[in-house]
Amino acid sequence: MPAPVSKDLVAASAAPLVLGILAEGENYGYAILQRIAELSGGRLDWSEGLLYPLLHRLERLGQVEASWGHGASGRRRKYYRLTDRGRTALADHRHAWQAVDATLRTLWADLRSTIEPQPAGI
Amino acid sequence: MNETPVPHGLAADVSDVPDGLDARIDRWRAGLLERPGVDATDVDELEDHLRGHLDALTRVGLTEDEALLVAIQRVGRQDAIAAGLAREHAGRLWRQHVPDAAPDEPRTGLVGMLVFAVLAGLAVKVPAGFLMEGGVDQVVLGRAATATILCGAAILAGYLAWRSRRPAPAALVGFGVLLAVLAGVLLGYPFVPPFSTQLLSLLHAPIVIAVALGVAYLGRDWRQLDRWMDYLRFLGELAIYYVLIALGGGVLLGLGAASFFAVGVDPEPLFEWVLPLGVGGAVVVAAWLVESKQSVVENMAPVLSLVFTPLFTLLLVSFLGVLAVSGPIAEADRSPLIIIDLVLVVVLALHVFSVSARPAGTPPGWFDRLQLLLLVVAIAVDVVVLVAMAGRIAEYGSSPNKVAALGENLVLLVNLVWAAGLSIGFLRGRRPFADLERWQCRYLPVIGVWALVVVAILPPVFAFG
Repeated sequence: MPAPVSKDLVAASAAPLVLGILAEGENYGYAILQRIAELSGGRLDWSEGLLYPLLHRLERLGQVEASWGHGASGRRRKYYRLTDRGRTALADHRHAWQAVDATLRTLWADLRSTIEPQPAGI
Repeated sequence: MNETPVPHGLAADVSDVPDGLDARIDRWRAGLLERPGVDATDVDELEDHLRGHLDALTRVGLTEDEALLVAIQRVGRQDAIAAGLAREHAGRLWRQHVPDAAPDEPRTGLVGMLVFAVLAGLAVKVPAGFLMEGGVDQVVLGRAATATILCGAAILAGYLAWRSRRPAPAALVGFGVLLAVLAGVLLGYPFVPPFSTQLLSLLHAPIVIAVALGVAYLGRDWRQLDRWMDYLRFLGELAIYYVLIALGGGVLLGLGAASFFAVGVDPEPLFEWVLPLGVGGAVVVAAWLVESKQSVVENMAPVLSLVFTPLFTLLLVSFLGVLAVSGPIAEADRSPLIIIDLVLVVVLALHVFSVSARPAGTPPGWFDRLQLLLLVVAIAVDVVVLVAMAGRIAEYGSSPNKVAALGENLVLLVNLVWAAGLSIGFLRGRRPFADLERWQCRYLPVIGVWALVVVAILPPVFAFG
């Protein structure tokens, strides 16, 4: 089992992840986290309550808009949608992450033989 | 202590009966809600999340008790969530400077505040005392005013840095350098009669200082654009408290002087000591009141902007009406132009104040339209004044006063036009309201730099006249 992703990395990827999930369609907090867990195979460990400050920030910046509705159980539920501004922000995030990813990939390819951990005896 | 009466003959082991799930969720809600910066809609949203977990967990076979424990654990620590929300909704508790940890809460100590207040009072009293002795000579007057402005700025910066607990040393050093530059300009320039540039420098130095003081107020957060809105709020409420204290102080002095006079005692010491100490000290006291009695102004701010926005709109409209009847003001004296300039500055301040006092997250409403109307009318007045000033400069040539006023009008015009554009975007639902806030924060340096130009560059350009 590989080590969990560090807190800093989770925090850095939080906004693009949430924006990307909302690009799939309108959604609400709990289901957004379920989707992240599903996509990451549970390896991105979120402190769940902290999703909401993030959603509120994206709302304040106009990248998502929110409205109250009701879930299947009749509970009040806040739904979030991506706005045009959010789409632009998502594209920016994507370019940035692709640049990081491409750089790391090149590096990994060069280093493949040296960084794979050697099987260690017990 | 366990002899509490049990109503309706219920079993005595009532305390062993676990509360219902809803009761325990209510307690969790209440715990979250009582934290600063959290409001009921946030808690609703988080409860939906908690219940999402509960549904899923009971479906896979956990009991309600187990499910609730796990669900609360997953949602996370309430203090961390509340701190995150508070940071996001700074307007809800903006004066709680850094909400995430108790040791960072601003100091509100009365004794410390009084020490700084006395120092600020002396910064006014001591230079004023020299004036009394030396007679009113323009050079002495300039030095006394400079000493008051710069010492006052240093003391206020010291108070704000002491209060915030997290001063940014590098930024404070920068502020010190700025004060040294101002001192060099105000004391070192060889001003000559009629001393217009000296007066302009003295009037604009406080503007430079007011912008730069934000660094002391915000401490280590000074690089974060959004935090500057807190500083703008602080300035607005500081002004309100200062005016209130000044009114009260005026009444106190008037009555004091009258009663001294009535018993045949010379009230002179009252004006020699209480007045200057009060004028200086009240700045620190007002700053302290903003922080420690926030809820008072917090309730007042929206009301004040609600009352004065229509009134100032009417004032500007009637001014335009008068102009339409009486013809252009190109031939008019320059003093009306300066008065109109002042009115426009107050209008911009009112707009910024209204922006800062607007409750976050509410959709555009009639008051936002009224704000736009105020901006549009102010732009019209500003253009009229600009044209009149350009006419005066073309006809009579330039002077330090005219150049300073013209520049001020341009700085105002750019701000007002852009704010109006953003306001239209917000009313049409194309922009978040935060864009208006950020615009005012971004514009602060422009105002500061312009004021610095008037302080430091205008005098040599006009040969220090």
